[in-house]
Amino acid sequence: MTVLEQSGAYHLAPPPAWRPRRDPAPLLPDREPLRLLGTGAELDGDLLHELYGHLVRGRRFNEQATALTKQGRLAVYPSSTGQEAAEVAAALALREQDWLFPSYRDTLAAVARGLDPVAVLSLLRGDWHSGYDSRASRVAPLSTPLATQLPHAVGLAHAARLKGDDVVALAMVGDGGTSEGDFHEALNFAAVWQAPVVFLVQNNGFAISVPLAKQTAAPSLAHKAVGYGMPGRLVDGNDAAAMHLVLTDAVERARRGEGPCLVEAVTYRLEAHTNADDATRYREAAEVDAWREHDPLVLMERELRTRGLLDDEGAREAREEAERMAGDLRERMHQEPDLHPMDLFDHVFAHRTAQLHQQAERLRAELEAAEAEGTPAAAERHGGTRLHTDTRQHTDEQGGRK
Amino acid sequence: MSTATGTSLQPGAQPARESARKPSTMAQALNRALRDALAADPDVHVFGEDVGTLGGVFRVTDGLAAEFGENRCTDTPLAEAGILGTAVGMAMYGMRPVVEMQFDAFAYPGFEQLVSHISRMRNRTRGALPMPLTVRVPYGGGIGGVEHHSDSSEAYYMATPGLHVVTPATVADAYGLLRHSIASDDPVIFLEPKRLYWGKDDWSPEQPDEVPGIGRAVVRRPGTSATLITYGPSLPVCMDAAEAAARDEGLELEVVDLRSLVPFDEETVVASVRRTGRAVVVHESTGFAGPGAEVAARVSERCFHHLEAPVLRVAGFDIPYPPPMLEQHHLPDVDRVLDAVARLQWESEWRAGEAAGDAGRAGGGDR
Ligand SMILES: Cc1ncc(C[n+]2csc(CCOP(=O)(O)OP(=O)(O)O)c2C)c(N)n1
Ligand SMILES: [Mg+2]
Repeated sequence: MTVLEQSGAYHLAPPPAWRPRRDPAPLLPDREPLRLLGTGAELDGDLLHELYGHLVRGRRFNEQATALTKQGRLAVYPSSTGQEAAEVAAALALREQDWLFPSYRDTLAAVARGLDPVAVLSLLRGDWHSGYDSRASRVAPLSTPLATQLPHAVGLAHAARLKGDDVVALAMVGDGGTSEGDFHEALNFAAVWQAPVVFLVQNNGFAISVPLAKQTAAPSLAHKAVGYGMPGRLVDGNDAAAMHLVLTDAVERARRGEGPCLVEAVTYRLEAHTNADDATRYREAAEVDAWREHDPLVLMERELRTRGLLDDEGAREAREEAERMAGDLRERMHQEPDLHPMDLFDHVFAHRTAQLHQQAERLRAELEAAEAEGTPAAAERHGGTRLHTDTRQHTDEQGGRK
Repeated sequence: MSTATGTSLQPGAQPARESARKPSTMAQALNRALRDALAADPDVHVFGEDVGTLGGVFRVTDGLAAEFGENRCTDTPLAEAGILGTAVGMAMYGMRPVVEMQFDAFAYPGFEQLVSHISRMRNRTRGALPMPLTVRVPYGGGIGGVEHHSDSSEAYYMATPGLHVVTPATVADAYGLLRHSIASDDPVIFLEPKRLYWGKDDWSPEQPDEVPGIGRAVVRRPGTSATLITYGPSLPVCMDAAEAAARDEGLELEVVDLRSLVPFDEETVVASVRRTGRAVVVHESTGFAGPGAEVAARVSERCFHHLEAPVLRVAGFDIPYPPPMLEQHHLPDVDRVLDAVARLQWESEWRAGEAAGDAGRAGGGDR
């Protein structure tokens, strides 16, 4: 037997500098993901209804956004189909004053928080990197570099706490993102600072093509929390009621000043990584089919029907509402976006540098020349149809077309 | 500033303030700037590795934690991306973080946060989330540091749109530029020349000199023969070179201290070169694709008809920073600067300039 296998076999006094720091037992996640739906647990019917409506609309949103990529209206769409429960619960767990830090896959969480879907889709449409006012909405821009948004959430939560404000930050990341250094640094900072932040890991099984087994040897992603000294919680990510309960708990716990928490939502990416990906190259159809049986919408609808809280009529109404939302989105996304090329220079700095000023003048001249010639080719080069070349309003060095 | 040759870099001293002036180091001035900024604005927060109890490895944050408390001057875990990433979040919440990277080369783990977020957040959000944060980076060599303690990393920052890049070379600028940086609503990479930390100038902590803002270069020494364009740790080298050239060659070299690499004060530089007709860019950073390349290109574009010679560069070699016992071979020194000045085609002027009495420029003609 080796020393590693028989911890506790040596009863010498520990070295002087060593003290136990904290008991790891309360930090450990449950052995199985928490499930509420289908368990007969006591649940609030109104909440279930609210979640159901969000799930139906969320699924329809994902389908519509994917369709928009095929119609050339979105450059790319990383769908959260199959993950709607986690997306929706993340948004609903927050109060008005709280902040959400989404990743590129979390369009739906931002929409569920109440943002205009067209504004949220700016990044993926490509008319600007972020299309909504993050300060006003308290939704950080969708973050593309993996896990880099996590330390932002920690810093913001820490700042709010220093100012004595009652604000919690919830940051979202994928299973693959947990391998990044920023994941580690963010969790460590959060725990050391006891920042009011909740980390939500959506373990959807894949990072593009790479399965979780190649990503980590940890017992679960939730277990990673223990090493930082924060609780890890394991939840069935397709169970909207369980997700809502655990996230709300974690958020309110953070609000009470009890520190950060890591929640692993066990879920599955039913679609390819994005519309541009071919998932058949790395996974079996049978696996996908098995997860379709565990679809978050199906779980919720079954629960509501079992409880007598939903009938065919109610389900049809929910679908119709989602259809209206999708139709509205489709119509608005089929309109050409307003493009403002001169804005490219307005927000690099608070004030344009002399060099940026020269470059802006250069582009302005090109745009004006293209407009004067009416050359479609030239206009195309400058970004397409609805192009705003009225540059007078941009001469202000402060920039800022509000 | 006391340099090796005792050259003073202070512009004309103001007699009224003279009484309050005393020899002060750049490190003291930086410390004072942080202290004054913390006192002036409750949103200013200083954090980094060892900046609290210890006062930083260069003692630039000495006494701040004691005076303002651990929440205003905070020791963080050892994680540069974490430091910069949390600074982003704090700035999003309206604070003004001032973070310290312990050494130039130890800022590299934080590059992703710098390049992907700090430099872009304002632009990405159309101004909704500006990044009023300052990243202090001790940089450059000449202190006998072992590997990873002497890098000149300014070119990386300069190549990142959205960052301001500032570097003081005098005690007054150390204070003034740091205050300007902290007050700026844009992210500033504040590069502190390590080997000037302990250089002294007469300076008053109670009445610190007003200095020009970010984006302004300053002529440290007027001259007519050629312009030396430099910044940070190379300024004293250039001042010494100018003294030597005046003494030994009868050349009057003008020395321009850029102070701010981004924004780049093209007007001051161009005006000087148009006056002198010759230019040498001097820096420690490697020459290939280094800051001097950008300066030389811009000077060539805008001063072409005024130039008597190609713009030359004196820079560090294109090698990984050398071990301390060899660094003197790498660092631009007075001789290398004077060699470059000698190569500014003075003989062509001899031939062209039939007015032989052109004293200002003729001194190097025998070279
Ligand atoms: C730092 C960084 N490296 C690589 C990528 C490219 N990339 C985009 S998504 C992705 C997979 C991420 O997987 P995961 O974190 O599990 O999130 P998911 O896409 O499953 O939601 C990769 C590698 C990136 N965006 N950022
Ligand atoms: Mg994944």
